[in-house]
Amino acid sequence: MSAPTVVPVSGARPPIPEHRGGPGRRLVEALQTPGGGVFVLAALLLVAVVVANPSFGEPGSLIRFVGRTAPIAIAAMGQYFVIVSGEFDLSMGAVITAQVVMAGNLIGQDDGKVVPVLLLMIGLGVLIGLVNGLLTTLLKVPSFIVTLGTMLALSGLVLYLTGGAATGNPADSFRNIGRGGIQGVPVLEVIPYPALILLVLAVGAVVLMRRPFGRTLIAAGDNPEAARLAGTTLWWLKTRAFVLSSLSATVAGIILVGYAGVHPSVGRGYEFTAITAVVLGGVVLGGGRGWVLSAAAGAFALELLFSLLNFLGVESTWRDTVQGVIIIAAVAVAGRAWSAGRRPASRSPAGPDPATSPATSPATSPASPGTPVPGTTQGES
Amino acid sequence: MSAVEQGGRRSVTLTSTGIVYLVLVFVVVLAAILTATQGRNFFSTGNLTTILTGTGVLGFIAVGQTLVILAGSLDLSVPYVTSLSSLVAGGIMAGQSSNVLAGVVAALAVCAVIGLVNGLVVTLLDVHGFIATLGMGLIISGYLATNYKGSHGEAPRSFRLIGATRIGPVPISVLIMLGCAVLVILMLRRTRLGMHLYAVGGNREVARMSGVRTTTPVVAAHLLSSVLAGMAGLLLLSRLSVGSPTIGSQGGYDLMSIAAVVLGGTLLAGGKGNVLGTLGGVAIFAVLDNLMSVMSLNAFLKDAVRGLVIVAAVAVYARRDTHRRLARFERPSVTDRVLEEAR
Repeated sequence: MSAPTVVPVSGARPPIPEHRGGPGRRLVEALQTPGGGVFVLAALLLVAVVVANPSFGEPGSLIRFVGRTAPIAIAAMGQYFVIVSGEFDLSMGAVITAQVVMAGNLIGQDDGKVVPVLLLMIGLGVLIGLVNGLLTTLLKVPSFIVTLGTMLALSGLVLYLTGGAATGNPADSFRNIGRGGIQGVPVLEVIPYPALILLVLAVGAVVLMRRPFGRTLIAAGDNPEAARLAGTTLWWLKTRAFVLSSLSATVAGIILVGYAGVHPSVGRGYEFTAITAVVLGGVVLGGGRGWVLSAAAGAFALELLFSLLNFLGVESTWRDTVQGVIIIAAVAVAGRAWSAGRRPASRSPAGPDPATSPATSPATSPASPGTPVPGTTQGES
Repeated sequence: MSAVEQGGRRSVTLTSTGIVYLVLVFVVVLAAILTATQGRNFFSTGNLTTILTGTGVLGFIAVGQTLVILAGSLDLSVPYVTSLSSLVAGGIMAGQSSNVLAGVVAALAVCAVIGLVNGLVVTLLDVHGFIATLGMGLIISGYLATNYKGSHGEAPRSFRLIGATRIGPVPISVLIMLGCAVLVILMLRRTRLGMHLYAVGGNREVARMSGVRTTTPVVAAHLLSSVLAGMAGLLLLSRLSVGSPTIGSQGGYDLMSIAAVVLGGTLLAGGKGNVLGTLGGVAIFAVLDNLMSVMSLNAFLKDAVRGLVIVAAVAVYARRDTHRRLARFERPSVTDRVLEEAR
């Protein structure tokens, strides 16, 4: 009580401020977490690509690049919902393949069938998500196994029905969703539809993650038992995450029909690319940490990396190797950053000083005790 | 008194390994009946040999995968390690019998180094096993795609005999695989390393606080997994007589081995399970594959059936409470009994 400098904890506690520091400092702090760091990484890669190939920096080709990357980014955002809730979705690639082949076979050259088939595809996406989610939550089969099973079953059926060869080309009006865009825009020349779809879905995903659904999803991924005791119906929560994941795979498939055409191998490896993008975005496997837009940024960073390797004239066969090195390095660095953000909290668990006085000293400020809380949901603050 | 009672009650309850072998018996009976409808004998020597041969490659990989999963990690790099091993050994042997030993040693050494790196990345850099081994798989796959355009090297006749010889209906290669499995089982049940592997896989933090060095078991599990994947590559080399850069990824051994391990009752989160169950899981796959071949099912439909069987079989026992005592400690040991009496 006699210490004059320390504010006594008992009695009227000073209200904890909503944020420490101004917006600028909070931005810098956010960029130091893995989820924010991926934006820095993507920006650095973009600069590198533009240096290697100046024509890439023109607005027209940049927006086309965004359009090209949209399916992967959308798939990554879908995968994010599942991963942040502590599960895996390996069936993504097979869902994309199934949807693409279905579009090719059912639509044909008849423009009138576009809308009904689109609805059917969305229905199939919901169904697969429900199956994945219910098997995982109600039958308690690990999601890794459930979605592996769905993947094998779906891709097996698709290849069986098509005989493993390319089949049918849907009407141009359908392919336009992936290929076309709004023409005659000043500066950009064209805004591809996939870029618009990506924008809409990204805004939707951010809103969804700020709603109770998103909050409980992160809570359930962090500690399912605690979330259950807090009154969450886990099975329905996680099932919805799976439905969102396979729906996003469906959208990616619709876009890919325009780009790549109909082929049974179009979705191959998409699940691992999406998981790589999500992890590159600083989302922790096992759930509970990460921001949905970081997952999308992870997809962009990955694609920029490939473009860079392309422009540098690296043999395409080395792409895999570079990708492997990058994801290991990124996750190793991210792991360090998450734990660096946590460490001071355990060192000085009760320190009211930094909360009241924002700028104590520059050495402790980036990792002051308050960091872990915004760190877990940093992107949403 | 109570210990005896407990022991008696426990022997009645089925362990997950018991369920795996019940499923295996069910699948065998089903296969025998369906094979008979095709006018063929499931238990003929030729058919049994085919089934056993089918367990060889996946068996090696799945035994290694069991170790990694028990330690709480995953190994997705196995298909590429398998390919690399077949290429390295094939390249060194180059058709000369005198080079067999050098080829085998070199291939396994390369695999051991890869496993060591996997383990160190997982433990020291604290990277999730899924990402570490996915990345390692990509690294190797890039190396393979750049340096090998097609099949490479040649296995001499003496080495090819390993893949071709059999004792009765049992191929030598399967005996070697079972030998490795027995060694791994002994390691898990009889050595300190094995105990620590279960402890670290069950709860790394608790193991660390109990004074277990948490890195050693995980690194050892990754190292052994890669070496066993290398053995699978050597077996493929002896069967095909050439090394191939795509042989591993074509087999889809990463996901299939994980499926076999989980089918065998091992908890995907680690810390619970055993190699015996995994062997049962591998056998279930082999019998199913054989059955589908006999029924001349479309190759693509086989995948679909496999997917359904994986989910259905795991669902059979996944609903059981996973928070019971670890499988390793299900039977009360002598010490348990002594403690019980002392009380």
